[in-house]
Amino acid sequence: MCTMIAEKTAVTGCGKGTPGWMQINQVTVSYDHPSEMTLEHALNIDFVDASQKLGPRIAVELTPDSAQRLVELINVALEKGAVVDPVAFE
Amino acid sequence: MYTTDMYEGMIAETITVQVEDGTAINAYFARPLGPGPHPGMVLAHHMPGWDEWYRECARKFAHHGYATISPDLYHRVGHASPEDVAAHARSVGGIPDDQAVGDLAASMRYLRSLPNSNGKVGAFGTCSGGRHVVLAASRVAGFDAVVDCWGGRVVMDDSELTENNPVAPIDYTSGLSCPVLGLFGEEDTSPSPEQVAIHETALKEHGKDYEFHMYAGAGHGFFYYDRAPYRQEQAVDGWQKVFAFLAKHLG
Repeated sequence: MCTMIAEKTAVTGCGKGTPGWMQINQVTVSYDHPSEMTLEHALNIDFVDASQKLGPRIAVELTPDSAQRLVELINVALEKGAVVDPVAFE
Repeated sequence: MYTTDMYEGMIAETITVQVEDGTAINAYFARPLGPGPHPGMVLAHHMPGWDEWYRECARKFAHHGYATISPDLYHRVGHASPEDVAAHARSVGGIPDDQAVGDLAASMRYLRSLPNSNGKVGAFGTCSGGRHVVLAASRVAGFDAVVDCWGGRVVMDDSELTENNPVAPIDYTSGLSCPVLGLFGEEDTSPSPEQVAIHETALKEHGKDYEFHMYAGAGHGFFYYDRAPYRQEQAVDGWQKVFAFLAKHLG
């Protein structure tokens, strides 16, 4: 844990990885050493079902620039979604 | 020094070591064959976990004559692939410093208990492992030399202190009981050259025996031949400095 920058929150959703679709109820977002990317630090996102300790994990490692663009895109999609589906955002 | 007319052999296997809280943790133990006496080395693995590089590293030290133990510091996190275990360790805020120090101390005592020990035990760690060996050698007596390779967060702001990491390792410098070799890269950000300089100042102020080397053209993890930060020239020189330092202090 060289930077120890890791934030965690509960979520509700599903994800698809090697084992197929799975329940997602926790996401950890960290800025630390990635496992696969050839960078010293990356923005790492781990989606898990926290009820299964060390169970399947949907992992994403992004460059900082890519992660920022992802955040922007998520916000754009959420803003547009709130227009067409206001009840879901209440 | 190894010469081609020498007999060489080693055993490398997974064992368990009973640590202070009674847990039996897995450890990779690589040691030279023969009656010894052998100096010992405790390896503290890096943030990416108890992985293949650390097994290779243990065998490298054994090849150089050290009975070498690499405890699984993530043992209590659970067992899966090293990267999945490391990801889970990260999600729970890493491992407590007290626990890491206890596991490394138990490993050191295990090596000291061997009948073919020469009575000297050192410690080596990279990345978070570098931080952990500095911490262990500062808080527990019994280490005779410590090698800190780019250990981040030895110097910590108060805002970085957590339940798992309640005290910055640098604040234990007065307790450091053995010489330290530090290898760092100028392009590293954790630890940055400024943080390394702060650590060096503390060692100097407390009159500690230390040897720091700051490599140009290298960043974090320049020994890792399987990753992009690998720097061949600096790594070769770094390994030479590691073994020269250990020969001087462990025999």
